[in-house]
Amino acid sequence: MTAILEVRNLTKSFRSLKAVDGISFSIPQGSCFGLLGPNGAGKTTTIEMIEGIKKPTSGDILYKGKPRDREFSKQTGIQFQSTALMDYLKTREVLELFAQLYPYSQPISHLIELCQLEDFLDTYATRLSGGQRQRLLLAVALVNDPEILFLDEPTTGLDPQARRNFWSLIHEIKQRGKTVLLTTHYMEEAELLCDQLIIMDKGKIIADGSPEVLLHQHFNHSYVCIDRQDFYGNDGNPSNGDIIKCISSPIEIREDCIAIATTAVEKTLSELVALNVNLRSLRVRSPSLDDLFLKLTGHHIRE
Amino acid sequence: MKQIFALWMARNREYYRDKGSLFWSFVATPFIVIVLALAFSSKGQEIFRAGQLVAPPTPGVVQTTTFNVFSNESTIQVIDYSNLKDAIRRVQFHQLDILVTTEEPARYWVNPESAKGLLLEKLLLLEAQKSPEADDKNYHWQREEIKGQKIRYIDWVIPGILAMNMMFSGLWGIGYVIVRYRKNGVLKRLQATPLTAWQFLISQALSRLSIMLTVTTLVFVTCNLFIDFMMVGSYLLLLLIAVVGNLAIISMSLLMAARTASEELANGLLNLISFPMLLLSELWFSLDDAPQWLQDFSLLLPLTHLVKAARNVMLEGAHLNDVAPQLIILTLMTVLFVTLAGFLFRWHND
Repeated sequence: MTAILEVRNLTKSFRSLKAVDGISFSIPQGSCFGLLGPNGAGKTTTIEMIEGIKKPTSGDILYKGKPRDREFSKQTGIQFQSTALMDYLKTREVLELFAQLYPYSQPISHLIELCQLEDFLDTYATRLSGGQRQRLLLAVALVNDPEILFLDEPTTGLDPQARRNFWSLIHEIKQRGKTVLLTTHYMEEAELLCDQLIIMDKGKIIADGSPEVLLHQHFNHSYVCIDRQDFYGNDGNPSNGDIIKCISSPIEIREDCIAIATTAVEKTLSELVALNVNLRSLRVRSPSLDDLFLKLTGHHIRE
Repeated sequence: MKQIFALWMARNREYYRDKGSLFWSFVATPFIVIVLALAFSSKGQEIFRAGQLVAPPTPGVVQTTTFNVFSNESTIQVIDYSNLKDAIRRVQFHQLDILVTTEEPARYWVNPESAKGLLLEKLLLLEAQKSPEADDKNYHWQREEIKGQKIRYIDWVIPGILAMNMMFSGLWGIGYVIVRYRKNGVLKRLQATPLTAWQFLISQALSRLSIMLTVTTLVFVTCNLFIDFMMVGSYLLLLLIAVVGNLAIISMSLLMAARTASEELANGLLNLISFPMLLLSELWFSLDDAPQWLQDFSLLLPLTHLVKAARNVMLEGAHLNDVAPQLIILTLMTVLFVTLAGFLFRWHND
């Protein structure tokens, strides 16, 4: 796969703060590429430098192997993290307006169908619900039938149902062969949508690859999780170190639970049974990108 | 071109769908006009005013006033004028009821549309018959007629009110809106399209221009139905002045909004611009009696020139040549402001 976009040594400084610190990556054509990281990691700064909204302090951004030129804005679609639209414009008028701003635009009826806008075409865009609004903004980003689509935290603030709905839209767009660059701090979203991703923290890339490969590289265990009070007893007293000593696998004490990183789930379970631990809240799960982030940085992605 | 049209339309929609701004444009302005008209309509001059033409004072020569027809009457105020043209204009606009000169030949100027003028004329001729020179066959008063509608305060102030409305609408409808767009991310969204800054600025300016011309025309026509303004000159020329003046105000606002990112700052700046214009552009009162430096300062304000040109056309029937200086100054201001605004413009502030 050839890279549609390549970023080399990209840096952005705001006074003394290095928001983005010399990052490099390339995005294969037709893939969904994720920038994952907590708030303040530099995701938005990075994506806005690529979009051409912010000027990099240093570094190169190549689109189809060349520096970006005037064609770039005609071939890209952007959905910002927070965008206000003009007041008193109806959904349909917003689409018509943006269609006029590009030399080429795809038929508005396509966009209405794809992004499911039929129900609120004559509603003022400022009065839409969060999910409706994001779908309209996605349609606006797609109005010029772009080759590459930039989505900056498109599902932040949406309720779970609207989020799932939005994910299926992105899937559909991927099916049409578009390249998507997505930032998110939802690991679930990144795992579900992204073919490739980088994990950023404090302006730097701390991991990159496909979600499966990354998890495979860093983890060969499963997690057995139990709520803290179940583990320690009703008083929740962590001084009860004896139990911890009796479990052969490494234990991570997290805010919400005790996570036992085990390569042999059956053995761990029988150890817990032998210790008479209350298994009411027991969960067994595979490691997630959030676990990876925690492992790499020592803190949770959403804090 | 289609980009400009699309944004022009979007901005127009934003305007006419906003009930608040519509109310302000179409109800508030005529309201001010009508209140002023009512307030000043009954306030006529209580005394008669007669002007007498005197030679400019020359050192060494003692001025002797031979004319005393009106000086005995306490209800008649006699005012000396040395400039004939100026005095005649006052007769034309009913600011003076009659103008007389005793220099040979004895003449008087009267406005046949002024009832007070005609009354003073009768008095003058009556007194003249009683005078010792009355028997002299060569002696008679020569009558000169100056026709002209009376200029009421409302006639004088209406160009000012319309200009004020244009100014507020131009400044806030452009400057404040662009700053708001910058703050809430509309500009950022537009920047991500192939749209250029110039296309954006032109579309905003054109939208405001067309809105203001429509509003001003409608307000003018409506108010004219009730009040019947004095309009001596060409409507076409008045329209030209409105366009040129409006562009100057709009470009001033574009410049203010070129980089400002806070609505509060924008509001402050707009007040800073609009208040001097409100007070010093002769919208409400003439600066004739103001100190020279203040008059000079007022020439820096686009509204001064706009109002002056409009007033000259409406009240005195000025032609294109007469208002050319104002039109040229306004155009130069527009070019200067727009150029600066174009170069300083930023979609967003980092």
